[in-house]
Amino acid sequence: MGSATIRAVDGITLQIAAGEFVALLGASGSGKSSLLNLLAGLDSPSSGSVIVEGQSLAGLSREQLAKYRRHTVGMVFQSFNLIPSMSVLENVELPLRFAEVERTRRAAMASSALERVGLSGRLHHRPIELSGGEQQRVAMARALINQPHILLADEPTGNLDSRTGTEVMELIRHLNESLKMTVVLVTHERDLAEKYANRLIFLADGKMVADQANTTTTIAGAKS
Amino acid sequence: MKLYDSIELAARNLRESVLRNSLTTLGISVGVASLVAMLSLGIGLQQLASRRLQRSGLFDSIVVTSRRNLRSFDREQEQNGPAPAESPDLNEAARLKIANVSGVVEVYPDLRFITEVRYEDKPHLTMVAGLPFSSKDGDSFEGMQGKFFSSSDAHEVIIQKSFAAELLGKTIRGADEINVAEVAKPLLGKEVVMRYSERESSGQDSASFSVISHEMPLTIVGVTDLDPDSMRGSARARVFVPQTLIESMRPMQAYDTRASGGVSSDQPIYSNVVARVSGAGKVDAVEQAIKKLGFNTFSILDATKSMRRFFAILDLFLGIFGSLALTVASIGIINTLVMAILERRREIGIMKAVGASDSDVRGLFFAEAGAMGLLGGVCGTILGWIIGRVINFGTNVYLKRQGFPPEHIWSVPAWLVAGAVGFAFVVSLLSGLYPASRAARLDPVQALRYE
Repeated sequence: MGSATIRAVDGITLQIAAGEFVALLGASGSGKSSLLNLLAGLDSPSSGSVIVEGQSLAGLSREQLAKYRRHTVGMVFQSFNLIPSMSVLENVELPLRFAEVERTRRAAMASSALERVGLSGRLHHRPIELSGGEQQRVAMARALINQPHILLADEPTGNLDSRTGTEVMELIRHLNESLKMTVVLVTHERDLAEKYANRLIFLADGKMVADQANTTTTIAGAKS
Repeated sequence: MKLYDSIELAARNLRESVLRNSLTTLGISVGVASLVAMLSLGIGLQQLASRRLQRSGLFDSIVVTSRRNLRSFDREQEQNGPAPAESPDLNEAARLKIANVSGVVEVYPDLRFITEVRYEDKPHLTMVAGLPFSSKDGDSFEGMQGKFFSSSDAHEVIIQKSFAAELLGKTIRGADEINVAEVAKPLLGKEVVMRYSERESSGQDSASFSVISHEMPLTIVGVTDLDPDSMRGSARARVFVPQTLIESMRPMQAYDTRASGGVSSDQPIYSNVVARVSGAGKVDAVEQAIKKLGFNTFSILDATKSMRRFFAILDLFLGIFGSLALTVASIGIINTLVMAILERRREIGIMKAVGASDSDVRGLFFAEAGAMGLLGGVCGTILGWIIGRVINFGTNVYLKRQGFPPEHIWSVPAWLVAGAVGFAFVVSLLSGLYPASRAARLDPVQALRYE
């Protein structure tokens, strides 16, 4: 093993306002996922700080960080990351268990969350019995169940065909617009970013190379 | 996460890899079973031994001796308390005092002497002792042929079966080989003549007395199977006469010549008296109270102390061997859970990403270890119980072949069941300590990168 330090995210200063829809763009290995993990509180920076809603994540204990991930941010991944041994309903319920929500209320909350993402009929199926798009919608329902203010999406359409990918992105846009949820989307597809985000940040080798408002207006229905 | 949720998730995880977890649980079961088997064997043997002692009927008796009489059972007693010369005489007044100690049912002097008993004109030398009427209900007459004395001063005699065999001129190989019914049949109702020496004070000088020889015919009413006087060791009697009768005989005692030097009145001084206590549980307290009166005491409980120590050591060793199997089983738990971490890396990462704290993850693994331990403990106790039954059965088949009555060498008391299950649970939790903290420390970013 080499001992050379790799700076996955290096010297990025970035401010995201509440309700923004930000896309992090870059080739693979550019540091966009690492940056997302820092925002999610899954990783902590060796120097510098991440301040969310006025609070520095570096100052939080591991317990408080878990609470932050539970209530402040919701995460969606490229590979869905559903637990295969649990049913759809149980997967969505999982964050409620950690949040110590009453058992009796959990099932109702989870099924209404699944209804919102358009999956009310398949509560007791295992994730593997669902299509990719459906699985990602389950993951969305799980990310939103504790009503976080920030949605962090790491290549959410990477494993989906274009049609289901669009469905998922439309869902994310809906959340951003109707619930004023802050969205940070990691993607390497520039088209996708330009279609949905209102701010584009380009990364390369861990450094920020561009930060610009999305001025593309060519895609129909992209902006309301 | 709430405890119930941890348990529910743990149960789900255990079901997911059912084969591996059942094998681990089986390992714990075998460990617990061997522990239970070993310990219940130890306890069973201990109970067998104390049952034997209890049948002697002397568990509730305390032998009280005067400190003047230096033949003490216990060196420690000689060194503590008042000096022998200052201690009280063991006379009628002392007997009353002891009788007033709470918990004492009756106090009778232990009267015994070696004498000649003639049967069909053949003399036999033996120890004769008085037997209080109250001992009628004692367990030591279990299996006795004939009946107990008709009254406390009847001219009747009960003999031990080895003496009965001697009267019949049989060669004795061992007491266990004598069939009591066989030797009792020709003797019950027959007459023996007992010779004894009466001690008579000679009026004006209490320090001297004369000895008058008597003969007394007595009817054999009972032949005992057990040894009612077993506590006396070499001084134990094989011929018993009613206590009131023997007291009225004023027999010359072995210690009379020694006591004659002292300031005695014409009332007798006993070498020892027996205090019968209302229950074995009170023996200790009553012994202490009698010691405070200035006498030495001895009870069978003292004698069983060394036996209990032996069994405590035996149990300890059996327990250690049993625990070895449980140690192997606990390594199995550690292995299973560490493997589960590797297998569920991603799942742990996901749980952390959606808000599980370190303690949630730790609790989950703890619950899994605890569930395996609890289940293994319960199954193991049942298994151990079955093994014990089989060993007991096998032993009894063997004993029967050897011509012995069946014995109960097996005992699984409730505390052992609870203790074994609890121990398995605690050992499992301890085994879960390392895997659980390792799972809790897992870096979610690393875990989720695993594809």
